[in-house]
Formats: sequence, C-alpha cells, structure tokens
Amino acid sequence: MRFDDEPVPGYPLPILPGHTSPGRLERVLRAGAFAVTTELAPPDSADPEEVYKRARVFDGYADAINATDGSGANCHMSSLAVCALLTRVGYAPVMQISCRDKNRIAIQGDILGGAAMGVCNMLCLTGDGVQAGDHPQAKPVFDLDCVSLLEIARGLRDEHRFQSGRKITYAPRVFLGAAENPSALPHEWRARRLAKKVAAGAQFIQTQYCYDIPLLRSFMQQVEALGLFGKVFILIGVGPLRSAKTAEWMRANVPGMHVPDALIARLAGAKDQAREGREICVELIQEVREIPGISGVHVMAYRQEESVAEIIDRSGVLRGRVPWHPGRADAKTS
Amino acid sequence: MYAVRLWSVRRARGLNSFYRGFEAFLLRFHRLFAAIGYDRLERPVAFVEKNVKGLLFDCRMCGQCVLSSTGMSCPMNCPKTLRNGPCGGVRANGHCEVKPEMKCVWVEAFRGSQRIDGGVEAMSQVQFAVDQRQQGRSSWLRVVREKSGAP
Repeated sequence: MRFDDEPVPGYPLPILPGHTSPGRLERVLRAGAFAVTTELAPPDSADPEEVYKRARVFDGYADAINATDGSGANCHMSSLAVCALLTRVGYAPVMQISCRDKNRIAIQGDILGGAAMGVCNMLCLTGDGVQAGDHPQAKPVFDLDCVSLLEIARGLRDEHRFQSGRKITYAPRVFLGAAENPSALPHEWRARRLAKKVAAGAQFIQTQYCYDIPLLRSFMQQVEALGLFGKVFILIGVGPLRSAKTAEWMRANVPGMHVPDALIARLAGAKDQAREGREICVELIQEVREIPGISGVHVMAYRQEESVAEIIDRSGVLRGRVPWHPGRADAKTS
Repeated sequence: MYAVRLWSVRRARGLNSFYRGFEAFLLRFHRLFAAIGYDRLERPVAFVEKNVKGLLFDCRMCGQCVLSSTGMSCPMNCPKTLRNGPCGGVRANGHCEVKPEMKCVWVEAFRGSQRIDGGVEAMSQVQFAVDQRQQGRSSWLRVVREKSGAP
C-alpha cells in the first residue's frame, strides 16, 4: 500500500483529520483494510544489521512490526532501540511497553523518546512475571499496570502532561494499543476488561494467540454487546505451531497460552507437522476474517518468522494489497 | 491468611455492606479525629487497620483501598500488583501465572464482584496508578478525611 502523500522513508506521514498518529498502521486500519501485523524478536546482540535482517523477512506482508519488550521476561535488545532502528528506514514499528521492568518515570521518558524517534504505535502491556524468563532473580517493578499505563500515555498525548501534571511542550503523536487474551479466565470478564482498556485510551488491540474459534466468537459477541464495535480496532493473534510437542510445551510454559486438545491431536496425526501447523494457521486467519468486528491479524511466528510471508500469502487476507516496505519499487527513495 | 482471604471473597456481599456501615460510622468521628489530629492518629489507626485487614484480606496496606471495587479480593496480593483486572496469564485452572499454587486474585475478585450489587460495574471502572507514598498509611483515615472535606 502506498499513500499519495508518501514521505521520504524515515519521515512521518502527515496526520490526517481524525487520526492521532502520523503512522501507517492507523492509516491502514482507518481506511478499512484488513491489517496484518507481526512480531520481531529483538536480537541478543548489539548489531543493528541483525534487526534489519529480522525485519526484512516481513517485507511486503506486514503493515506494522511489533518489537517485543523483554518478551517472556527474557533479556534482549530493547524495544525502543529496535523501533528507533526500524523507523530510520521507514518501517512502521509497534513499540511494546511492559510494566515489569520500568517505573512511571522511565516509561514516560521512553514514550517521549520513542515518539521523537518516529515511533507511531505503542502497545501498553503488563508484562510476563520475571519467573517466566532467564532472569528470575530480577526485581519485578510493576509500578503501573497496563490500564494505568494507557491512561498515562493518553494524558501525555492529549493533555500534554506527565502523570505528575507537569506540562510537556510537544506531545507524542501516538496510536495506542493494548493486548487482550480472549482464551484466559475469567471468560465472562475478558470483554469487559477490553472495554476498560478502551476507556483508558486503547485504540487498537492485539490479542494473545487464539486457537479456539468458538471461544473467540463468543468473546467478540460480548465485545459487540458492550458497544465496542467501531470504537477500537481488534487484531487477532495467530501463529503457526511447529509440532504437537511444541504446542504442548507452549501450553504448559507460555503464560496465557491455550491450545485445544483437538488441534494438538491434528498436529500429532500429520506426516509433516510443521507444514500442518502452517496450514492450521492459514485456516485460522481465514476463519478470523469472517468474524464480525475484527480488523486484522497479528501473526506471531517465533523462530519461524520466515513462514509469515507464505502464511499471509496463502490466507489471501491482503487481497492483493502490498504493505509498504523499504526499497519497494514505488517507494520514494530520495 | 490465604484461607481467610478466600472466605472473605465468599462473604463479599456481607463484608461489603459491613464496610459501608463502618465507613458511615467512622465519618461521624471526623470532628473528634480532627481535634486529636489526623497525623497523631495515623500510626495507631494504621496498626489496627493493618491487623484487621491483614487477617481478613491479606491486606498489603497500599493506603488506597479499593476492596469494594474488587469483590473484597485485595489486588495487591497479585504478584504484579495489578489494579485493573487479571493479566492474560491466568492458568486454565484459574490459578496465578507467577504463583501456581495460588488462585488468581482477580478470578477471585470477579467472583466476589458478582456477589455485590453493582460490583461488576465497580470493577469495570478504571483505577489510576497507585501513589506509592501512601504505602503503609491508613485508608480508613484517608477516606474519613477526604469525605468530610478536610484538607
């Protein structure tokens, strides 16, 4: 997708009326296209080329790339730095902000810093507990939670104030997001929790992996009943499962991950399990697209990032649309 | 105590009404409290509050009590000290992601809220970030002070 007012890569797009950010993701969503976002695992390295290499595999298939913030409480390059590198060449990153590692002073500084570096999308998360990662001896911070974080980020943007009330001179023009997990307990509460996030400032939602379509449908019905359709863009988390064994391991060890037994059985019965995993993912995306109120998919393919292009291609959700990427033939280069 | 904490959530309705009555009762003493001096009362009242609420709710004395918005399940017992509902990591058996042996504080809160009239709506209200300076101070005194319009 190329806009008429396409800037030189690395520079922001003009902010359209009714938009809050100069970003591509907000444009794509508000234009009514079915959006595709994906996730980049920040490297355990200080080499910027590692970041670009990881981003390039999504070229032409993703409207925005999430840079995780110490996902699973494991230490990697910071989300802010990954995003800053990506914006230099024009990518549309989603900066993930977790409440686990930083207090409100550091987080608000990062929001300003990220926006100054051209980051247009920020995803406000609580974060996994430190026990899940490679530094269980670390101190968990959790000065804020995802909802109070959203509220503070919105205050920075709309009221031009820090949480302390002190004025800022130039507000971060950001599109604010939050996560939700339709599969987690208590099921009857999850849509209300989403409503709470919207009330606190969430404009888009990227969900955890959703492998249980009936559960997702009932969640979306509750979202509709709460009058949230049209108030927030919901992108559903999907991803290929490499094998039945990985699926079982993830179910047991990844916080908030729910995989129905039937799916694991289907994987276990396949000759080529990785291929079957991708096939399931394509089918999930096609089913998700048909559910009312859904604006896109968020494809998380940890350690299988190269399969995202094939999965999106086969799902047909882009309907021939090619998301912008650096070096595209029709992208401005000078 | 964990068992008492769970009991309190089961009795959320009764405890919540009691709490409302108790608040009205305390509000009557505003003048007396003001005469003695709120600052002078802070330590003894906080001591009593800590022990009573500690027994009933495993209260952590955040100083900004929201029990009636959380089905009488103290959110500060959540290892992530979430104030706005459960995280996405709740286990399939309703237990905590961080402490697998403990029931999720927020799954309990939702149960408790359903027992209180207007409890689910109260839980749906956005709770702002906690003021960490209030840690260890009495919520009871703060409420009386604020509701009586004292500075």
